[in-house]
Amino acid sequence: MKKSLTCIVCPNGCRLEIDVQSHEVSGNKCPRGIAFAINEMTNPKRSITTTVRTTLSEYPVISVRTDGDIAKDKIMDLIHLLKDVVVTEYLPIKTIIVHNVFGTDVNVITTANMQKGDKCL
Amino acid sequence: MKRYDVIVIGAGPAGLAAALKADENGASVLLIEREAKLGGILKQCIHDGFGLTRFNEKLSGPEYANREIEKIKKTGVSINTLTFVTKIEKNDDSFTLTLVTRDGIASVIGTKLILATGCRERTSRQIFIGGTNPSGLMTAGAAQYYINILGKMPTKRCVILGSGDIGLIMARRITLEGGQVLGVYEVKPTPSGLTRNIVQCLDDFNIPLHLSHTVTKVFGCDRLEAVEIAEVDEHMQAIEESKHIVACDALIISVGLIPENEIAEQLKIAINPKTKGPYVDQTLMTFAPHVYSCGNSLHVSDLADYVSESGELAGTYAAKSIQKERDLQEIEIDSHLMYFVPSHLDFKSPTRQVIAYFRSAGEYENATLYIEHDGKTLFKKRYLHLRPPEMERIVFSLSPDLAPATVRVYLEVKP
Repeated sequence: MKKSLTCIVCPNGCRLEIDVQSHEVSGNKCPRGIAFAINEMTNPKRSITTTVRTTLSEYPVISVRTDGDIAKDKIMDLIHLLKDVVVTEYLPIKTIIVHNVFGTDVNVITTANMQKGDKCL
Repeated sequence: MKRYDVIVIGAGPAGLAAALKADENGASVLLIEREAKLGGILKQCIHDGFGLTRFNEKLSGPEYANREIEKIKKTGVSINTLTFVTKIEKNDDSFTLTLVTRDGIASVIGTKLILATGCRERTSRQIFIGGTNPSGLMTAGAAQYYINILGKMPTKRCVILGSGDIGLIMARRITLEGGQVLGVYEVKPTPSGLTRNIVQCLDDFNIPLHLSHTVTKVFGCDRLEAVEIAEVDEHMQAIEESKHIVACDALIISVGLIPENEIAEQLKIAINPKTKGPYVDQTLMTFAPHVYSCGNSLHVSDLADYVSESGELAGTYAAKSIQKERDLQEIEIDSHLMYFVPSHLDFKSPTRQVIAYFRSAGEYENATLYIEHDGKTLFKKRYLHLRPPEMERIVFSLSPDLAPATVRVYLEVKP
């Protein structure tokens, strides 16, 4: 039996077919498609982008993301964990704010440069 | 009065790239931005997927913008933020811009202009939704600003109208922030956004997508209380019997983007009705000599990477061009194409490499794109799938001895 998938690795959005038993993949334009399809069948993963609160007047929230992919069924767990994270100082872009999410080697990093006196509102 | 070789209006991804390239090619450059910070809409696009083409990395919008901002800080580009352009006048060999700044009114002169003013979202009034105008009725971009910049949730339970990419991204964003997205309703029989966004923003979170459905009415006085949903027939007319009420506190609209060309209109620059951006040649020069257009004000792209590329082209050509005369020939397209940019070719231009973008008019499998000049094929490419929401990019060249003539672009579609 074959399953149809749309690859989400890049904007090409290749239409993939994967054999449920043999994990043979077709329709991919690059090797990342094969890895994506096999992962989707075995352990689907996603990168997460969201915001965390700060105590700084210039930034009600600051944007963050995972620097790798985490298991799809852990997405809401991570979101809840980040509800309790509060940034209290001006951090440069790509500062790790949560290390090794759920025991993986994935971290949560800031994705904007914070500067005192910045006008972002 | 200060004088610059190139003045760039707008410091989103297109304007930043244009200013960088103009500077790199030896021009003195002024970059004008009305907001306090550079980066344009990328500042609030915190989702990732930016830069896969340009940087070979998956970045979020603010990171993508930051890369360009760090580069521009190291150049001699003059930057005016919190500055509005209120008037543009054409002189014999230059343009005079009237600016409103924090210090008052000022004027600057530029030999060449690059318009990088981006695009605007279509609103509920532009798609003729009836009923009241309560709070809770907002565009996807507005919801994105409230959540990602202000850190405020504008809804607990919403309906999204339109399956454009920003709408899909916001469906996921609202869900992650604890809001409930009752459904995404799309009037067309096919989704407007990229397929990958349907997968990772809707399917991943079990958010239903209702095709051939629209919102016909909004209810609520101070706050939105409900919307009326209807299925539409093949002529996009609401089917009376299908009408039903859905209780919600917000209607988030993602029904398309329109290039912003108020400044181009001041200069009476001809606008292409197919793209809603100016007609341009392969150097991205508009019909007005020395005025260039790029990014989403030229045509709405689905990737920031393409926006930056067109900014780079405009910046490079604006800085380098010393050409006086043009020989503009139209690029004719057939009905299988929604649009093709550039709309014209300048046969007197030394620029013989053409970077072009197009969208198909419908969904086609196994289609072949042909570019013909005087009955001869200049370029040919086969596509397995073409979808209107997914823009295609091609590169072709014009040999130096090519006679000026209309170029025909068409898609051969197997029935």
